[in-house]
Amino acid sequence: MPPVGKIRKRSKVVIVKSPNVISPSGKVHRTLLSDMVRSGLCKLTSESRAEDAIRHFFSPQDQVGMKVNCLAGKMASTHPQVALICADLLRDSGIKGKNLVIWDRSERELKEVGFPLNFNGGEFRCFGTDSKGVGYSRNLINHMNIGSLLSRVVDEYTDVQLNLPVLKDHNLSGVTCSLKNFFGAIHNPNKYHDYGCDPFIADLNTLPQIRNQQKLVICDALRVQYNGGPSYHPQWAEYFGGIIISDDPVAVDFVGYQIIDKIRAEHNLPDLEKAGRKPKHIFTSADEKHNLGKAKLEQIDLIEIVL
Amino acid sequence: MVELNRRSFIKCSLAATGGILLPNVLPGESLLGPNADASPLPSPAGLSWVEAKYYKKLEHKEIECELCPRKCKVGDRERGYCGCRENQEGVYYTLVHSYACSANVDPIEKKPLFHFLPGTKAFSIATAGCNMNCKFCQNWEISQVRPEQVRNIYLPPEEVAAYAQQSGSKSIAYTYSEPIVFYEYMLDTAIAGRKKGIKSVVITAGYINHDPWMELIREVDAIKVDFKAFTEKFYEDICHAKLKPVMDALLDLSKSGIWYELVYLVVPTLNDDMKNIREMCKWMVGDLGKDVPLHFTRFHPMYLLKNLPPTPVSSLERAREIALEEGMNFVYVGNVPGHLGEHTYCPECRQIVVGRIGYTITQMNLKNGKCKFCQNPIPGVWS
Ligand code: SF4
Repeated sequence: MPPVGKIRKRSKVVIVKSPNVISPSGKVHRTLLSDMVRSGLCKLTSESRAEDAIRHFFSPQDQVGMKVNCLAGKMASTHPQVALICADLLRDSGIKGKNLVIWDRSERELKEVGFPLNFNGGEFRCFGTDSKGVGYSRNLINHMNIGSLLSRVVDEYTDVQLNLPVLKDHNLSGVTCSLKNFFGAIHNPNKYHDYGCDPFIADLNTLPQIRNQQKLVICDALRVQYNGGPSYHPQWAEYFGGIIISDDPVAVDFVGYQIIDKIRAEHNLPDLEKAGRKPKHIFTSADEKHNLGKAKLEQIDLIEIVL
Repeated sequence: MVELNRRSFIKCSLAATGGILLPNVLPGESLLGPNADASPLPSPAGLSWVEAKYYKKLEHKEIECELCPRKCKVGDRERGYCGCRENQEGVYYTLVHSYACSANVDPIEKKPLFHFLPGTKAFSIATAGCNMNCKFCQNWEISQVRPEQVRNIYLPPEEVAAYAQQSGSKSIAYTYSEPIVFYEYMLDTAIAGRKKGIKSVVITAGYINHDPWMELIREVDAIKVDFKAFTEKFYEDICHAKLKPVMDALLDLSKSGIWYELVYLVVPTLNDDMKNIREMCKWMVGDLGKDVPLHFTRFHPMYLLKNLPPTPVSSLERAREIALEEGMNFVYVGNVPGHLGEHTYCPECRQIVVGRIGYTITQMNLKNGKCKFCQNPIPGVWS
């Protein structure tokens, strides 16, 4: 993410796909997924080694928060393998395991999706904002349209974020992906569901703790819920077999939006705009006031790799 | 860490002077994780998972809540705006039935209800959650959070009624946060209270749909509505809600015959336009009647409106004058202890019929609901 006030000219987004990375039963091919993450990062940074690529975003002294989205259960959440592969890579790049925190709102939801809870370190730590000793910061944020308490994972336990969202249709905001994932960092996300969550999602992402901390997005698009989201409906879950990587969360969400609309068209569903839920927050995030990234195809270098 | 069980929660609480039962929250404190080391508070009890009363099932496990005008459409595993109702597999649940996050014995004057059993105690309960988000909320630490983010205690309806009786309370008050969002718990408790001869009073913003409102009105004895402003803009910008449904709810109250009073918190620069207050009073006199008590209360900087000063007392006095000029009979100044506008005056002879300083009754010049001096009937529930 460019620091506040700095305007980026273009953004780069890499989609890596492999038809075999996830089976119809939901089994993830871990080696293949790891290759996808590594080659996508190399392409994004023009490095030949993934360990060097990830150093563009994180340095060995960083305390890295890895924000997953596991609210919708096992079948419509960030796959644990995505986070575990990223943790391996970050460790290989020189970051200590105890400084890697895989996190979301609650222990219950993390556990349900299969994340191994671990507060004490080792290869990584993994806990919820509701875990013992964590909770929300006592300082009430009063920022643009947001009045919330921020998870202490963001405020105190980590200093940079690797955003690991899952790409899905959303009944209110149209799309849930990188930007909306940080609704999981505040205590009262349900208060920001009006008007398609707009401008609330964009406003939240301009909060310095989020805007300045978020360094990279690796979006899980292995199985895309293209209708009926954010909950899981097998009849509308596409085995897309992809990951989307960028340091621009708006561009990731914009590309994700195009992917969802394309899948919807293939299944004879109206596009999200016609369905009455155009993801306005993506465009608000790109406007001059928010300046969080790019939401126009002509401003995005989109690279697709198939493994 | 101090662990308190339910019995000790109630016991310590009832033993406390001033009727306070363990204040629920030090700001931010109970918003720590449930087992937070830093918190001296016990872990919150579980969530209730009692099926909600007013909702309809939609396709694909979605539901539409029909309790309040928001009509939240909620997908599987998601929650509505109020944060205390959750859809699981297409069934909508209240998560707070029987789980109170606050319980106190308060004077009824604190609600404020001035024409309802003055000088009595009200056993007052709340749960987490609210269907609005007023930027001046005094209780945001419980109203703007999810139930698992506060300390809760299992307090089923029959026990609330029993504790109310033990504490000598004449009523149970549903208050502090927004009782509409713990509707089922409130309703069941009101029914349990009635069986023991305990009345129920609801302290609400009145943001509720017609059918549940009418059912509630039948089961309780008095309602105080916080009427936030007389403009759509204030309701939308400051409260994240709409004015019209609240006006409709007031009209329902007026027709129902239940005792109700209104509070108008005067917020400097935002809803203190005296022309608008006059318009509101005209509407009240015309559509609700001149006998509805109206309390103009003082704002103190809180929550998301810390940038504004407290309401000047002169604004409250001017608002009161306007309401009296428009013909309202019982208009009060609130949150200014010792102010002459705290007393109830007989509209006929202008003598003080109920004198108050803060929450204390200082004079009672009513006999059988009539002014002791001129025999003029004073509307209210006096015994
Ligand atoms: S009661 Fe709660 S869930 Fe129901 S419509 Fe109102 S805010 Fe939404």
